[in-house]
Amino acid sequence: MPPAAIAVVRVSGPAAGVALKTLAGRLPEARRASLADLRDSAGTPLDRALLLWFPGPATATGEDLAEVHLHGGRAVVAAVETALGAIPGLRRAEAGEFTRRAFLNGRIDLAEAEGLADLLAAETESQRIQALGMASGHVSRAVAGWQDRLLTLMAGAEAELNFADEDDVEIGDAVMRRLREGMEGLGRALDEWLARPAAEVISEGLSVVIAGPPNAGKSTLINALAQRELAIVSPVAGTTRDVIETPLALDGIAMRFSDTAGIRDDAGDGVEAIGIDRAKAAIEAADILLWLGCPSDAPEHPRVIRIAAQADRWRGEAGSERVPDADAVARCDLALSAMTGEGMDALHRLIVEQARRMLPREGEAALRQRQRSALFEARQWLDIVPQSPEAEDLILLAERLRLAGMALDRITGRAGVEDMLDALFGRFCIGK
Amino acid sequence: MPNEALFDVIVVGGGHAGTEAAAAAARLGARVGLVSFDPALIGTMSCNPAIGGLGKGHLMREVDALDGWMARAADRAAIHYRMLNASKGAAVQGPRIQADRTLYRDAIQTLLAAETSITVVAGEAAALRLSDDGARVEGLELGDGSILLASAVVLATGTFLGGRLFRGEERMEGGRIGEAGAHRLADQLRVADLPMARLKTGTPPRLDGRTIDWARLEEQPSDMGDWTCSTWNRDRIIPQIFCAITRTNAETHAIIAANLDRSPLFTGAIGAAGPRYCPSIEDKIHRFADRDGHQVFLEPEGLDSPLVYPNGISTSLPADVQLAMLRTMEGLEQVEMTVPGYAVEYDHIDPRALDRTLQVRAIGGLYCAGQINGTTGYEEAAAQGLVAGANAALAVQGRESMILDRSESYIGVMVDDLVLQGVTEPYRMLTARAEYRLRLRADNAATRLTPKGIALGLVRRATAELFEARQASRESAAALLAEPVSTVDYLAIGLAVPADGVSRRRIDLLRFPGVTIATLKALAPGLEAIDGAILAELAEDAHYAPYIARQEAELRSLAANEAIGLDPALDYGAIGGLSREMVERLTRARPETLGQAARIDGVTPAALTAIMVHSRKRAA
Repeated sequence: MPPAAIAVVRVSGPAAGVALKTLAGRLPEARRASLADLRDSAGTPLDRALLLWFPGPATATGEDLAEVHLHGGRAVVAAVETALGAIPGLRRAEAGEFTRRAFLNGRIDLAEAEGLADLLAAETESQRIQALGMASGHVSRAVAGWQDRLLTLMAGAEAELNFADEDDVEIGDAVMRRLREGMEGLGRALDEWLARPAAEVISEGLSVVIAGPPNAGKSTLINALAQRELAIVSPVAGTTRDVIETPLALDGIAMRFSDTAGIRDDAGDGVEAIGIDRAKAAIEAADILLWLGCPSDAPEHPRVIRIAAQADRWRGEAGSERVPDADAVARCDLALSAMTGEGMDALHRLIVEQARRMLPREGEAALRQRQRSALFEARQWLDIVPQSPEAEDLILLAERLRLAGMALDRITGRAGVEDMLDALFGRFCIGK
Repeated sequence: MPNEALFDVIVVGGGHAGTEAAAAAARLGARVGLVSFDPALIGTMSCNPAIGGLGKGHLMREVDALDGWMARAADRAAIHYRMLNASKGAAVQGPRIQADRTLYRDAIQTLLAAETSITVVAGEAAALRLSDDGARVEGLELGDGSILLASAVVLATGTFLGGRLFRGEERMEGGRIGEAGAHRLADQLRVADLPMARLKTGTPPRLDGRTIDWARLEEQPSDMGDWTCSTWNRDRIIPQIFCAITRTNAETHAIIAANLDRSPLFTGAIGAAGPRYCPSIEDKIHRFADRDGHQVFLEPEGLDSPLVYPNGISTSLPADVQLAMLRTMEGLEQVEMTVPGYAVEYDHIDPRALDRTLQVRAIGGLYCAGQINGTTGYEEAAAQGLVAGANAALAVQGRESMILDRSESYIGVMVDDLVLQGVTEPYRMLTARAEYRLRLRADNAATRLTPKGIALGLVRRATAELFEARQASRESAAALLAEPVSTVDYLAIGLAVPADGVSRRRIDLLRFPGVTIATLKALAPGLEAIDGAILAELAEDAHYAPYIARQEAELRSLAANEAIGLDPALDYGAIGGLSREMVERLTRARPETLGQAARIDGVTPAALTAIMVHSRKRAA
């Protein structure tokens, strides 16, 4: 724990009030900051600190909650922690325990908890916006809306199945048609969300892979981007043998840049060959590919930026073997020299432009992979092949609505409660 | 009758719940005392003369699969058969019959007379006899002071508990027109601090069929099928008659609307909730004011009876208004009423006070079944009677209780709903309540439940033999249908040989358009000898097989929660994070497993986790 100007110690649970009283000698007015001298049970002064007292249940965790804002020195924090530890019933919080309690006490739902986890881990602006959306319930609200629509459809189907012999229920083809149209419409609403990029793209960063033949200047480029020596640069072809990764944020968008082994058919040794295989795999998985070789050799990729690299070497050296032919340069997206900085701004712009296309638009919430797969399942149940036996069987349509509903329930957390909780709360660190 | 009589199980009430309770306990070998005000009325159908229907037909068949009486009696009285939802899949089809009231009661009385271990006791059930601490039932005190001793009592008192009849400005005490109610017992249950509430239901006027102009009305004949209510019956034995349909119209509605202030439903005299699914005609006019008419089914009450039951116009308007309203309808211009309709308000126990055997948790040995638990309908009552009677006998014998699961039966769905959710209106079975309804069809009730009944001893030898023969037949049919299809076979039934090279079983051919069981008989002549109902059951199984397999996977994943037991004494108030409403619901229902807790309305996944963590902490 690095020293900081202020350290916040939070206590949640039935003994939070007792803890505050023990340290400060009094319980401050609820929800009002006040200053107090803290002492341990032996009366030794600890620090002069800001106190906050939130009686439950309308608190972040749903329990009584106390916060002490200390001076940030390690010794101060340690002394206060020791004093708190001496109070019966108090112990250190476990990783993610405050959020877990908030969840268990019904203060937040699962999607909000996941958003909060992301919010706490957010390092870049777009991560923050995304996580805030989820933590403040965008996803939960959307799911609630879909569930409402499903319930309406189910009610229509069940009325037909359960009361068709009573005269107040309309019967027949019109009901079936409306039901199928309703399922289709809801399916399209889900499609819109499924078409959005997964939230992990934002929280884990886009993968930008630098690839090309050996000695194309890939390592020089990653070093220039990172502004430090990450990769060893040498004139020897095949110097980089493994994938080297570095996180970088461009315009607030988190990315992971990877330098890869140069791709050639006659690898120098087995190790290099393994490196080449890994490079190929990295290219496959890349969100954005920076290709530094001959543009016509660039691998098939939906978002490739073709770069005529090492411009400093071939500018004005017409006729040298290093000079790519004019045609090839024209077919590249830009000419670049990591040495002189030529084209670096343009590359930056191009990468950000590509990245923005992969990110949710402003105001759009994105889904985590777990939520997407549940949503995808719900979508499948709503997908009725026209004229199939299912399309004409009301019982099966009703069963599909039920299954779709169960899949949606999983987004806000119905099934497999315990596994899901472990997976979720394992992502938090102490004190969150 | 000696002053003190000793039984294993006493059943109070001779309606559909009471008779099935007595019969089930007797089949399990218990000595049963069946207490009724008037034994001659045991087996009376007090409301509409029909049995079965959507969801209800499932319950009827399940009671039958466990060798109960209702379906057998129905076949002996059925004057009109109709398979509801016949155009939809078997999972939602509901067998329904109209019964000749007299024949139905006779059939029940005949079954009762043949059951030597049931003693019918005429009298008023005045009070329960409880142990000194009030925690166990020891018997029953009758109105004449005599005592019946038993360690289990099943209350199946219908609407007689605190019953009050309403018709216009008239008020009558009692559970059914012309009969006394059971008020002392009601008072005692109130004192015993059982959670009680009131519900209401209603019934339409009875018409004299000789004053109806049938010729002007649309006829609804009995269907041409050969199905029967009971799986164990083969033939329809009673002559079939037809019903007729008329409609309410603007004039009818005007009369009702002008007199709403004379209906106890609207004057506030009846505060209790009635069934949404079976509203009074006043309610229909009031709530669906935009509709210009409602269908009324004119159902004859019997072969020799002139009485007609007008289904769809249950009412508690004053008698003069009822008659005026009736006479606005086509065919009823000259109609005479024999008994006007009325509403009845009655006490019921909050069924969340019961466990899954329908035993009152607070009073050992006391069971409740039927309308007393807040349900409506003969079939719902009969099914609960069977559960309560069987479990009462099993408890007396010190045997393990019979718990039917939601995933295997509508009976299980109903009991689970009742004891976990309670009721806010009279509970009626609907197929929509059964999440696994693709597996739970009226046509496979015997396959699902009879083996369990045989294992328990709840199914008599004669029925068990019928079942075993049916199973043998079913298995040989299944084997014939599982044979692979050859190229020659495709050609033989006029199908193009599929190019996909997939090898198919005969039963898989049912997915091809136009292929039916009849088509398959051409390939497997052995199928000719198999009962049509069995073949239809196998075809339905095949039709829904992929979905049923999915449901089975779903059930396996839910089984984990069902295996986590919860302490019935768990203090839900002490679990952090449960809303006051959740604490209230959980405390009332006292779920026996985590799976049950999960099904209680309003219990969130977060709450469930908190319950699980808390109960583990306690266990540790």
